[in-house]
Amino acid sequence: MTTPMVKFENVTKRYGALTVLDSLNLEIAPDEKVAIIGPSGSGKTTVLRMLMTLERINDGIIYVDGEPLTHMPKNGRLVPADERYLRRVRGKIGMVFQHFNLFPHMSALRNCMEAPIHVLGLSRQEAEQRAAELLDMVGLSDKKHQYPSQLSGGQQQRVAIARALAMRPKVMLFDEVTSALDPELVGEVLNVIRKLGKEHNLTMLMVTHQMGFAKEFADRVCFFYGGQIVESGRPEEIFSAPKEERTRQFLSAVLEAS
Amino acid sequence: MFWDWNYVWEITPALLRASLVTIQATLLGFALAATLGLVLAIMRMSRTSWISVPTAGFVEFIRSTPVLIQIFFIFFVFPEFGIVLPAMTAGVIALGLHYGSYCSEVYRAGLENVPRGQWEAATALNLSPYITFRDIIIPQAIPPVVPALGNYLVALFKETPLLSAIAVLELMQTAKILGSQSFRYVEPITLVGGFFLVMSLVAAAFIRQVEAWLNRSLRNPGGER
Repeated sequence: MTTPMVKFENVTKRYGALTVLDSLNLEIAPDEKVAIIGPSGSGKTTVLRMLMTLERINDGIIYVDGEPLTHMPKNGRLVPADERYLRRVRGKIGMVFQHFNLFPHMSALRNCMEAPIHVLGLSRQEAEQRAAELLDMVGLSDKKHQYPSQLSGGQQQRVAIARALAMRPKVMLFDEVTSALDPELVGEVLNVIRKLGKEHNLTMLMVTHQMGFAKEFADRVCFFYGGQIVESGRPEEIFSAPKEERTRQFLSAVLEAS
Repeated sequence: MFWDWNYVWEITPALLRASLVTIQATLLGFALAATLGLVLAIMRMSRTSWISVPTAGFVEFIRSTPVLIQIFFIFFVFPEFGIVLPAMTAGVIALGLHYGSYCSEVYRAGLENVPRGQWEAATALNLSPYITFRDIIIPQAIPPVVPALGNYLVALFKETPLLSAIAVLELMQTAKILGSQSFRYVEPITLVGGFFLVMSLVAAAFIRQVEAWLNRSLRNPGGER
């Protein structure tokens, strides 16, 4: 069996007395597309945030591409990773946020150049060329000199996707990337993600409320409830014949609303 | 005669020269305050408590003691420890320290107002802490606090007469010397007051211009849509 691209091993996350994730075990294969669904507060966004190292974990280990992410080897043992180690391994992961989080004082192009220049050490010309190609791929070649405030939500989110891709990550995380968008702008963002899935060898992990998209796009769907994966499987299994009562309740509530 | 124009013309050149010292002390003091303030603000926000706690203590200590005492301390007490500074240097350092601690609170408000998502995006892009501050956080934190910093510039300017206490030949000290030589205080002191009034108004107008310009460029970076 190939090494999983992402592996959660007994990962626990607590906020004070509240356990958000309870001994999570999850393996994601290279190039696999996994959709995470579940009610709010079920810990699904926390999974992505831990993987992006935005949250520290309380217990367990996360591996990425065969290397520990949350821990580093030291004298033959694994100890919690320090900032320097994190900076090295975190480059394998890219993230797109619900609220875009573009840098408002930089043009679309500059947003996509900042990290390649300062982290990957690309020259200005190389970074600019790559940024322009990526903006072209997300369909925004005519908007590259615009600032975030001059773009629609859908366009901003597409810039954010291009910005994350500019770092050439192996794993892309999408955290409810269409939730803050007006309904008519959702499609253009999902189309970009579809295209990415087809044209790039990327492992993708997405938290989403777009059940239709999850069903069509994902190789696997994980249903989170109460900090645990209650059920996971191929989308057609989860959506047509869920085994667990919790999953059925959640899906019928979601489908009723839409 | 209550007001002697001839005397006014006579002392004007000396006062103008002294006003350059006042402006110099203001600009140097504020440059120090603006730089030190930013450093203190960043240190105070540090997650490492042995950096943030002493910094907070230092800022509170400086803000809670009069600037005149700080000026005296640096000029008269530091030499006891072998640090002998010219009056102007001691005065600029004291003003810079005092207003630096005030500016640090202004910067801190600006830094804390940058949305958390900006920090998270910087982390997700693997930017170093230095680049994150320099390219992402500071450019967003400072424009909104420029008016507040400008107020401290004017306040610092108006505190420079305190330097006359350690005999820096700035405007106030010069006016006092002129007055004691001729026993006429009305003209020199009035001229000094007028100078401060005019310069403060000019500075305030300038800050308003900068503020308006910043507001325009913040609301719509990159110009017209």
